[in-house]
Amino acid sequence: MKKMILTGDEAVARGAWEAGCKVAAAYPGTPSTEILENIALYKDDIYSQWACNEKVAVEIVCGASIGGARALAAMKHVGLNVAADPLFTESYVGVTGGVVIVTSDDPGCHSSQNEQDNRHYAVAAKLPMLEPSDSAECKDFTKIAYEISEEFDTPVLLRMTTRICHSKGIVELGEREEIPIVPYKRRADKYVMLPAYARVRHANKERRLAEMEDYSNKCHMNRIIGDEGAKIGVISSGISYQYAREVFDEKFGDKVKYLKLGFTNPMPRDMIKYFAADCDEVYIVEEGDGFIQAAVERLGIKCIGKQKITPLGELNSEIVRRSFFGKGPAEGYKTDVQAPPRPPVLCAGCPHRGFFHALKKHKKDIVVFGDIGCYTLGCNSPLDGFDTTICMGAGFSAALGASRAFEMAGDGRKLFGLMGDSTFFHSGITGLIDIIHSKANVCACILDNSITAMTGHQENPGTERDLMGNEVPAMSIDKIVLATGLDPEHFVVVDPVDQKGMDAAVKAAVAVKGPFVIIARRPCALLKEFIAANKGIHCEVNKEKCVGCTACMSIACPAMAMKDGKAEIVDTDSCTGCTLCAQLCPKGAIERVGV
Amino acid sequence: MVKSILLVGVGGQGTILTSKILAAGLVELGHDVKMSEIHGMSQRGGSVVTQVRYGDKVYAPGIGDAEADVIVAFEKVEALRMLPSLKKEGVVVADEREIYPVSVLAGGAHYPSDALEKMKEAGVDVRVIPASKKAEELGNMRAQNICLLGALVKVLGLEGVDWRSLVAQYVPAKAKELNLKAFDAGFEMV
Repeated sequence: MKKMILTGDEAVARGAWEAGCKVAAAYPGTPSTEILENIALYKDDIYSQWACNEKVAVEIVCGASIGGARALAAMKHVGLNVAADPLFTESYVGVTGGVVIVTSDDPGCHSSQNEQDNRHYAVAAKLPMLEPSDSAECKDFTKIAYEISEEFDTPVLLRMTTRICHSKGIVELGEREEIPIVPYKRRADKYVMLPAYARVRHANKERRLAEMEDYSNKCHMNRIIGDEGAKIGVISSGISYQYAREVFDEKFGDKVKYLKLGFTNPMPRDMIKYFAADCDEVYIVEEGDGFIQAAVERLGIKCIGKQKITPLGELNSEIVRRSFFGKGPAEGYKTDVQAPPRPPVLCAGCPHRGFFHALKKHKKDIVVFGDIGCYTLGCNSPLDGFDTTICMGAGFSAALGASRAFEMAGDGRKLFGLMGDSTFFHSGITGLIDIIHSKANVCACILDNSITAMTGHQENPGTERDLMGNEVPAMSIDKIVLATGLDPEHFVVVDPVDQKGMDAAVKAAVAVKGPFVIIARRPCALLKEFIAANKGIHCEVNKEKCVGCTACMSIACPAMAMKDGKAEIVDTDSCTGCTLCAQLCPKGAIERVGV
Repeated sequence: MVKSILLVGVGGQGTILTSKILAAGLVELGHDVKMSEIHGMSQRGGSVVTQVRYGDKVYAPGIGDAEADVIVAFEKVEALRMLPSLKKEGVVVADEREIYPVSVLAGGAHYPSDALEKMKEAGVDVRVIPASKKAEELGNMRAQNICLLGALVKVLGLEGVDWRSLVAQYVPAKAKELNLKAFDAGFEMV
């Protein structure tokens, strides 16, 4: 068999393909994005698409299953919150074609607004859950998940974490198994969740859970590793198992045994009892919440877990070692110099920079609510672009709520809400409708850079191409906005780099008491088409004219620096010649050059 | 015996591609390999760290404090930032390239240009590889990453794989010759 080194995300995609998956949908979100990007490579065998949001993705997959096809939806942890509605009821409905729902959690918030532990969803929604611990298992478990799904008539939750999604390991490739589509049959008792049917399906689900627990006790995904007579036992799952192996092997050699859990809901209670029966000490090594620990303790088994190891952030072997055995890292090297911070920043030429700079001038008249995307980086100094980030879509709806409180408090400042084009399609449209319909004193701003940029340029309904590379009609955000009944006089489309135009738009919005919409439209500076069209173009500082006033530094463009008291474009490759800096220069010292 | 390598740099410098080629070569050499990269927000000009571990059997993909055998730095202060990860007797392979973060460009933070010298003073075995300078001489600074790969292969004693054909496989076709030259140059620089 051919061996390849794959990320967890790539391995899930491969597993879905080998398992005969026919339909896949997702909304991009780090660290899950690459699952669908890789499934899209199998476009002859699998129909795949970016859905507007995770709820839509899970519903697409639910429908594909009812239509008789094996299907997969993938999302980041917070995406499962959006999809929770179909998830809980699909759990009752069950499947016809097998369904796998991938949740990719992000302990450590590498690229997320929280670090929720989605294993709790499996319990709450009564779903079987698999937790792979490396890339090989990502592929294998995805395939097994389809068997479980169809055997027990239920969607299966495949729970990954950032370190599983983005780590590479060796995977043996297999062939695709073609699973015929089950012919559609109307079945109201299964597909129509009227209360009378739902109650029956709930009872059915409880029965299935008991059967699944039996499976959980017997399946190979849950197994004891090491000498069964060992007196020190470690129970672990997912990536934490790898850390546990390094640390406990090193400490106890062959005196330790492991209960490696891959199927973690329902928990294999009989197996856990059997494993722990002869142990003097049972350790639980898990990232995030004490999920396994709670299950073990409910069985009356004493164990050492979250008393010692943090529920915060991402673990590694060294944290596990230090937490359980108090042993610090080996001595390394130290110097007396410090590396300056290097947080992620808006790219050179990023259209969002102009938008935020223009807002800043009106800070005393407005309060800005932000959202999730590249533009979230505009919160940092010196742009100081907005005051809140909660979840996808809240940039509009939370601004609406705040506008009511401001009115009651007699605070005359206008609320601005902002989000990107992809976030607008994801969950901004509903908030906008409420702003317009309730005549809220909110200026809704859509930063339209024509792509889902943050996660690496995925298509969205505003693009003329879809995930599979087909040409599709781009949806008009302008028409959606105007269809709400917004007064067209209160609607401006502007290039965010054009500071005069931006300034006028913000002034107009502040002057209106009631809804206003600004679309700040300019393509992402990293788009291939944009880069190609822009080749050779950049800005240059005339050192004779530059007086070193640093006005151009207020936009924190990474292509610029002060050198010997004068401004300089230090990275002409990444400078796009957007001229934002030139517009800020009081001496006219900066010019765009190139053709 | 497991070896742990950290590749550190700034988003956009090609650390991930380099680690992909490295991992592919290590698999050809018959090692168990795990590689870990965290991307997402860090693509936007932030610090990037890729971790590669290889040996008979590798469990964890990540590298903790004082666990790295080699740090390959694509940018000078990124080596300094990750220095706590280096184990005693470990090696730093570093380009002299300086990329100022926004905290320095606009915020007035200090950029320690003497970072590599300071590390040497602290007893670290630093091998300075002028990779970006060489790549620029060869025609494009972007080949810096492959030049550093050449140096790393030499430092780790990983000859025995046709690295040049792996490089050719992974880099864009039109940049193949340039990258092969960069690889050879890096190999010779150690």
